[in-house]
Amino acid sequence: MDKLEAAFERLLSPKGPDGNDVQFQSAEAKANYQASITRLRDAIQLREPDRVPVTVLPSMFPYLNAGMTVEEAMYDYDKCTAAFKQFILELKPDMHIGASAPGPGKFYEILDYKLYSWPGHGVAPEHCYQCNEAEYMTADEYDLFMMDPSFYFRNFYLPRVFGALSGFSMLAPYTSILEMYGVAFNFVPFALPPVQATFQKLFEAGAEALKWAMATGASDGELTTLGFPTILGGFTKAPFDVLGDTLRGTKGIMLDIYRQPDKLLAAMDRLVPIMIAMGVGAAQQTGKPLIFIPLHKGADGFLSDAQFKKFYWPTLKQVILGLIENGCIPFPALEGHWGSRLEVIQDIPKGKTAWMVDQTDMAEVKKTLGQNACLIGNVPSSLLKLGTVQEVKDYVKKIIDIAAPGGGFILSNGAFFDEANWDNVKAMVAAGREYGVYK
Amino acid sequence: MSQQLIDAIADMREGDALALVKEMADSGVKPFVILNDVKAAMDVIGQRYEEGTYFLPELMLAGEMMNQIMAIVKPALAESAEEEHLGKVLIGTVKGDIHDIGKDIVTFMLKVSGFDVLDLGVDVPEQKFVDAIKTFQPQVVGLSGFLTLAFDQMKTTVEAIEKAGLRDQVKIMIGGGQMDEAVKEFVGADAYGKDAMAAVKLAKGWVGG
Repeated sequence: MDKLEAAFERLLSPKGPDGNDVQFQSAEAKANYQASITRLRDAIQLREPDRVPVTVLPSMFPYLNAGMTVEEAMYDYDKCTAAFKQFILELKPDMHIGASAPGPGKFYEILDYKLYSWPGHGVAPEHCYQCNEAEYMTADEYDLFMMDPSFYFRNFYLPRVFGALSGFSMLAPYTSILEMYGVAFNFVPFALPPVQATFQKLFEAGAEALKWAMATGASDGELTTLGFPTILGGFTKAPFDVLGDTLRGTKGIMLDIYRQPDKLLAAMDRLVPIMIAMGVGAAQQTGKPLIFIPLHKGADGFLSDAQFKKFYWPTLKQVILGLIENGCIPFPALEGHWGSRLEVIQDIPKGKTAWMVDQTDMAEVKKTLGQNACLIGNVPSSLLKLGTVQEVKDYVKKIIDIAAPGGGFILSNGAFFDEANWDNVKAMVAAGREYGVYK
Repeated sequence: MSQQLIDAIADMREGDALALVKEMADSGVKPFVILNDVKAAMDVIGQRYEEGTYFLPELMLAGEMMNQIMAIVKPALAESAEEEHLGKVLIGTVKGDIHDIGKDIVTFMLKVSGFDVLDLGVDVPEQKFVDAIKTFQPQVVGLSGFLTLAFDQMKTTVEAIEKAGLRDQVKIMIGGGQMDEAVKEFVGADAYGKDAMAAVKLAKGWVGG
């Protein structure tokens, strides 16, 4: 049995955190759970299931729709998970992504997280958190980064994006801790007040993160017993986006393409095994094989074809292949428009990946990438918010006609959304069940 | 005019371009001569962007080259006359949304295409747009937003402009992440632009440039 088949077998007989078999709340719940997993398995491996699997992939919508602000969802974990449960019970999707999107507000506060603004910290209570892009890694730090990425992250990057982690900048590299002679010198920084203050904050932040993870984990577990699977194990990123999103920033990485292309390429090579390990590690820890890869700066309009082929795709492809080799299901999201990239990205192993499609034309995607990969999508955010129920149904019917034949299609919205008309969201799911039956 | 300088900038040879500018400035070439070459190069870059041979790396590098050249020639520029513009564009990311990259690219492309652009930044309340329309007197207003939350705020902004009696004075275009024609209808804007070149075309169409 190959590793992917083994992963699906494990999903079909799920275990709880204690290692024992999950006790479903009813025989019906178990049957629904297994039917959904089988549907997803067929769709991902490009076979026709009994019907098109249906999912909804929201950002803040379940919480706003429950009458909460994003701020409440980020600070009240019980309220957050209760709203998410209600959302799932109402829609009954074939898979979900859990209630972890809001994240723990208090945790960000404790560590003085500067990379994002969130409700009460630079953003209004009812709005989603947003990234503060900057050059957190400067143009001259590539060599330092490549010498030891973990050292670079701990001593340079983390203190810049978390105010409370400034003490990290005083620590010695762990790789200096070699033998008895001199070993103690490496530990002197731990006696210094700024380092101790940082560790105090870490204990506090860790406790808060655990509290939140217990709440979302319990929520996922309960939903499983009710028959609603999540197969999402974690996430990783394309090496170009690792550098372009939060280290060098958009402007920084675009200039590096001209000013220091060799360093950029070398740094991305350095990141490939690290990003593979990130996804594989998450899948092993959670027992769930689907690894999300949000794709950003390879979209249409960012780079030329030649630049895409040279700078974006090769290392992303290596990450995808590495995940597949280790039994993961890469789940890249083509955020925005990707029509000009389809010919290039279709070059991947058949039946091993699932791609979220946002605004790219579904017919074009099916003809190219869709020949080798399962597609997830692509009801537009604007339609969910502004369209009529009938328009939503018509759109769902249209994309099922295009993308469902032969398998390899999961109906969903196209982009993680905050705001929508609830009737439209329900209509999308209902239409998927109605029109998605294979005959 | 120095074709050499125009080519160096347009072909993204940053080092050559800056060396040439320094050489020209040292040998007494007037700043406006150098700046005319820069403008000619920016026209070429704009064309190549429009044709789909240039993308963000080139726009970002062009912006960097322009800033560095300005820094070299600025000391000698103090007395030069005000530039003529095609028209005025007011731009900003609407309240609640703090994304700026798309807006900055549109601003840059409008500027190099000959527009006088006032950029209000991000998280801009509707009243600030209204006030700026009164003082800056633009022909075109560009509303930017990345998130679905921007749909409502764009609508609010257009309504505020209407309420202030200014709607007939300006054309309004929207752009960013989850925007499309349906959103344009919803917010009551005049047009949606998919990218920076679309924004330039829309603005030129409206001011007759």
